[in-house]
Amino acid sequence: MTSSATKLPRRPSGRRGGVSAPNGWWALAFIAPATIGLLLLYVWPFLRTVIDSFQDVPAFGPATWVGTDNYTALLHDPDFWKAFGNSALYTAIVLLGVPVAIALAALIEQVGRGRALYRVLFFLPVVTLPVAIGMVWRFIYNGDFGLLNTVLSWFGVDGQFWVADPRFTIYAFGVVGIWMGLGINLIILGAGLQAIPKALYEASALDGAGRVRQFFRITVPLLSPSIFFVTVLTVIGALQMFDLNFIMLRGVNNTALADSKTIVYLFYEKAFVQFHQGYGAAIAVVLLLVIMIATALQFRLQRSWVFYD
Amino acid sequence: MTDSTARRGPRRATRWHLHLILGAAAAFMVVPFVWQLLTVFKSTAEVTRIPPTILPQGYSLHSFETFFATVPFWSMFAVSTGALVLRVGGQIIIAALAGYAFARIPFRGRGLLHGLFLAMLMVPSQLFLIGQYGLIRDLKLLDTLPALAIPGLFSAFGVFLMRQAFLSMPNDYEEAARLDGANPFQVFWHIMLPMAKPTVAALAVLTGLYSWNDLLWPLIVSPAGENRPLSVGLAGLQGQFGTDYPTLMAGAFVCSIPLITVFLVLQRQFFAGIAGSGIKG
Repeated sequence: MTSSATKLPRRPSGRRGGVSAPNGWWALAFIAPATIGLLLLYVWPFLRTVIDSFQDVPAFGPATWVGTDNYTALLHDPDFWKAFGNSALYTAIVLLGVPVAIALAALIEQVGRGRALYRVLFFLPVVTLPVAIGMVWRFIYNGDFGLLNTVLSWFGVDGQFWVADPRFTIYAFGVVGIWMGLGINLIILGAGLQAIPKALYEASALDGAGRVRQFFRITVPLLSPSIFFVTVLTVIGALQMFDLNFIMLRGVNNTALADSKTIVYLFYEKAFVQFHQGYGAAIAVVLLLVIMIATALQFRLQRSWVFYD
Repeated sequence: MTDSTARRGPRRATRWHLHLILGAAAAFMVVPFVWQLLTVFKSTAEVTRIPPTILPQGYSLHSFETFFATVPFWSMFAVSTGALVLRVGGQIIIAALAGYAFARIPFRGRGLLHGLFLAMLMVPSQLFLIGQYGLIRDLKLLDTLPALAIPGLFSAFGVFLMRQAFLSMPNDYEEAARLDGANPFQVFWHIMLPMAKPTVAALAVLTGLYSWNDLLWPLIVSPAGENRPLSVGLAGLQGQFGTDYPTLMAGAFVCSIPLITVFLVLQRQFFAGIAGSGIKG
């Protein structure tokens, strides 16, 4: 008791609870596990990926420095551009799920009894194995006896091979992507909605504003920080799509697989199936740049539409 | 009173429309699950008929039998569960310790080190995979249970989340405990960590969700053999039973049940975890 009392004045500059000098050792003990793990399993692998992207790394034997050859090859690789386009298209489609989520979140907020049930139902895909989701949707999209084509046939519409026909594959994935992401978006937006003061709605109702007007004049502006957050997360997540691609295209005809790879699928294939580690590393670095640019762009754009009070 | 009864009329009308729209959307969410369940009871012949039946003609459990006879479900389940427990338990302790130091114990280079954690938080996980794989391979841990959990033991996100939790706590308890002669670890373990319970729960839910659902990492370090988790094993089923849809759907159903059950029991924690930290994979 006396020892800690005498220690305290020794470091008056110590913030939050005035911790004394010997606590440097305590601090070291506290941060050592996390820091060692961070350095070994994150910082070093990150640096290694960046270095590898400038090397030719054979499956066996030493790596050789090749400068920017991997990147040059990447920029001339039609497969890469195809994958880039697929990921961009998939991201754009999944983004359409954000306005859907905003509308549904606002509607759920109006529900008294039954709100919990809706939240659970919309959340189910989030707690379902993505592999299982891919299998079920693949079956639904089946061109011969899938549920989608069966339902379409009731309305006299001709079905398609939604996954096997490369014209539709990414769109088919996009629908699943929206379906999978809705639950999480609804929870984040729902939390944002609850922070909006109810008095604003009452005041505007007295001024004669209808529900639609209230939605666009009160809900959307005040929810915009949450909408921005959801949008950023959606873009980052969609650009890293892999699972659906892996599951839904397995053993499907080769054109569909060749035409519908995403960036991360191409990375997986190059680095871990074909063992072109240097080339795979270059793809990963480009993915990092794409995500950084997409995120920076959104932070730039938010100034014009996100409302912080 | 009169006011509320006067309002009830128009409100009820909108309620009805509300449930119509939400019900349609909810149906869209649930249809894949229903279709999966209906298919489970059908025979392969019934499924591949054109046009296919909607309701099963009989309730055959053949698909489950085929699934359990060909897939080591319980071993995969044990691997998924083991990896999850290791990863969640380890990550929470490691992240809470570091988060506490970042929030409460000043030391030289704290800002710089914290910056390094934040920087790694922003890098997509694919950038780490090649190096992590190399390390696991060099440690001769490929196709083992620890391989599935090790990288996930360390999480910059977890450290960040725990730091935020400890930053928001008052100093009083800490001071009191220290005056009573408790050392920093005792203060952390007995006083501060229990107060961070909501954040610990949020982190546990999110980490558990990642761990259970993850496909890419297990595919790289444990693609076959007895240490496959559910995600990898189920993906293998797709290759093995390409067109035996009832068996595929039975597998997808059985493998999804554990986490869905946990979610139904711990709904509040799931929602709070997502809303509180708002991150997704």
